[in-house]
Amino acid sequence: MSTSEQDRDKDLTTGVPARGEVATAELAEGNGQGMASQFDELPDAPPQRRLRLSWTGRIAVGITLFWIVMAFAGPYIAPYDEAFFIEQDLKGQEILDPSFLPPSQLAYLGTDYLGRDVLSRVMWGARTTIGISFAATLLAYFVGITLGIAAAVAGGWTDSILSRIDDAILSFPNIMLGLIVIAAFNSSIPLLIGLAGLIYAASVFRIARALGQDIMVQDFVEAARARGEGLWWIITREILPNAAMPLATDFGLRFVFVILFISSLSFLGLGVQPPTSDWGSMVRENLAGLGNGFWAGAIASLAPAAAIASLTIAINLIVDDISAHEGGSLAKKMV
Amino acid sequence: MWATVLRRIGIGIVLIWVVSLLIFLVTAVLPGDAATIRLGQNATPESLAALRKELGLDRPFHVQYFSWIGNLVTGDLGISAAGGATIASLIDARIWNTLFMTGIVAAISIPLSVFLGLVAAMNPGRLLDRIVTSGTLGLIAVPDFLIAIVMILVLAVQLGIVPAVSYLSGTEDFLTSLKILTLPILTLVVVVSAQMIRMTRAGVLNVMSSPYIEMAILKGVPRQRIILRHALLNAIGPIVNVIALNLAYLVSGVVVVETIFAYPGLAKLMVDGVQTRDIPLVQACAMIFCGTYVILILIADIASIVTNPRLRHPK
Repeated sequence: MSTSEQDRDKDLTTGVPARGEVATAELAEGNGQGMASQFDELPDAPPQRRLRLSWTGRIAVGITLFWIVMAFAGPYIAPYDEAFFIEQDLKGQEILDPSFLPPSQLAYLGTDYLGRDVLSRVMWGARTTIGISFAATLLAYFVGITLGIAAAVAGGWTDSILSRIDDAILSFPNIMLGLIVIAAFNSSIPLLIGLAGLIYAASVFRIARALGQDIMVQDFVEAARARGEGLWWIITREILPNAAMPLATDFGLRFVFVILFISSLSFLGLGVQPPTSDWGSMVRENLAGLGNGFWAGAIASLAPAAAIASLTIAINLIVDDISAHEGGSLAKKMV
Repeated sequence: MWATVLRRIGIGIVLIWVVSLLIFLVTAVLPGDAATIRLGQNATPESLAALRKELGLDRPFHVQYFSWIGNLVTGDLGISAAGGATIASLIDARIWNTLFMTGIVAAISIPLSVFLGLVAAMNPGRLLDRIVTSGTLGLIAVPDFLIAIVMILVLAVQLGIVPAVSYLSGTEDFLTSLKILTLPILTLVVVVSAQMIRMTRAGVLNVMSSPYIEMAILKGVPRQRIILRHALLNAIGPIVNVIALNLAYLVSGVVVVETIFAYPGLAKLMVDGVQTRDIPLVQACAMIFCGTYVILILIADIASIVTNPRLRHPK
């Protein structure tokens, strides 16, 4: 039932969930029940290895792959540079006002408020937005898992101190932490990665710690100890492999939260700074075009917003399918 | 029970204190302090030192912190680094706008979400339930500003029935303010309700899957009666918890929505403060938002303790 992340985060310790975590949570809960095999609850049920995607899941995988390719190849295949100002039309004639041009052969999605090609900027922006979010999620996972497993294995004072620090970070709304840190240090791409990485490390820490504690008391860990295996061996051979699958599913959701977080900051004008194109900043820059009608203006801020939404919804649908495949039993273990 | 509740309140107070410490810590270690920001390019070492002394920035860190927190508690929020106006007056001008807007959002979204969540949970798997669950899932996964943009495009630009920018001068009557605020309110209602509906549905379904409900079904109690007599009473705790949590999440939604609609509220004031690096202002606003957030989550926790007998009488 409570595959939902806020339940997971909440039940574990003080009950302070991280903001936004509710968002894409409870994914499995909708589809999970119907698809769960009746043998799921048996202790030695054979693992179902083949993942069958629903048709929405297949479309979602396609969209996600498309954006991954775009993140690598976008800047090479884009018609223009992200900072190129269109000044002449196809015949070489000077354009008097190149801002918010409707889509044409010249610019397939029209131009933005400064007369730059929207399509090119969306393609370039894929690298910035996905790249920063992915780096931040990796950082969150590295820090969160390292400290979470350390807390679970060490216990005692280490555990208490790390957990209290974690509670403190989680008692901030994410966006507030972002605003405070950016007010103090000014925004830059490394700062954004570090900031989002550390904020989301706090949630990963909770999950990793809970998983670690669960696995630490299993018989096979005791057996390994009795055999005289060292701590490092136990962590790398027993704990991490057993925690890998639940953490992998969670990675997808966490990645979505990070994309939304970074985009919101960029949208507020506090994230990625111009002239670098980034989906969140593009929405903000072109807000003025909303009043010009759909093709001459609105599309300049709708296109990047739709790009964000297509990617986040797609990842959600994939995670949804995977959780349904796991039959929810996995999620129960995670609480 | 009261011991548990008191302990939770104690933890809440400690958390607010830690939050204040962190806010001060982050904003006080910044490379250029308030003095360099205020004097800008043409600062001489002498004028910097003088201004630091005037602002009390030359004192040790812990002294600065305690004088800041002491002033904060007594309502003296300091002076804005950008304009020189008192922060209290800046906040006073804005906070009522934010409270007005969020109050209306809460008044609409709470009954709406509880109703839709209940209806969805009472008919799991039916068409209505599937529409509600997939619709809210889609809304939750998209950024808040996309919802706002679509609202602007449809309601303000295409239909032209409401203004796209929500500027309040303070002289409007209630109905005019409502009309001006239609778009931000609608956006926030959609954002908050989507989460609240899902969580309410999950909470009620959780109750519906408990053994005593199964017992009631097996002994032949009519469905209506099961829901009203057995399930609803036990679901009130989780629902109150969900409401408080989602009001806490409004804090984040407000930041984006006030910016997009240029609404003169507290969050807009804070975002502007971040842009001009007006540290004292950011500290004060952050304290208000984070404090509210911690208190709302505290209320959510207390609600679930008070309404859950198992938590009320811990073993």
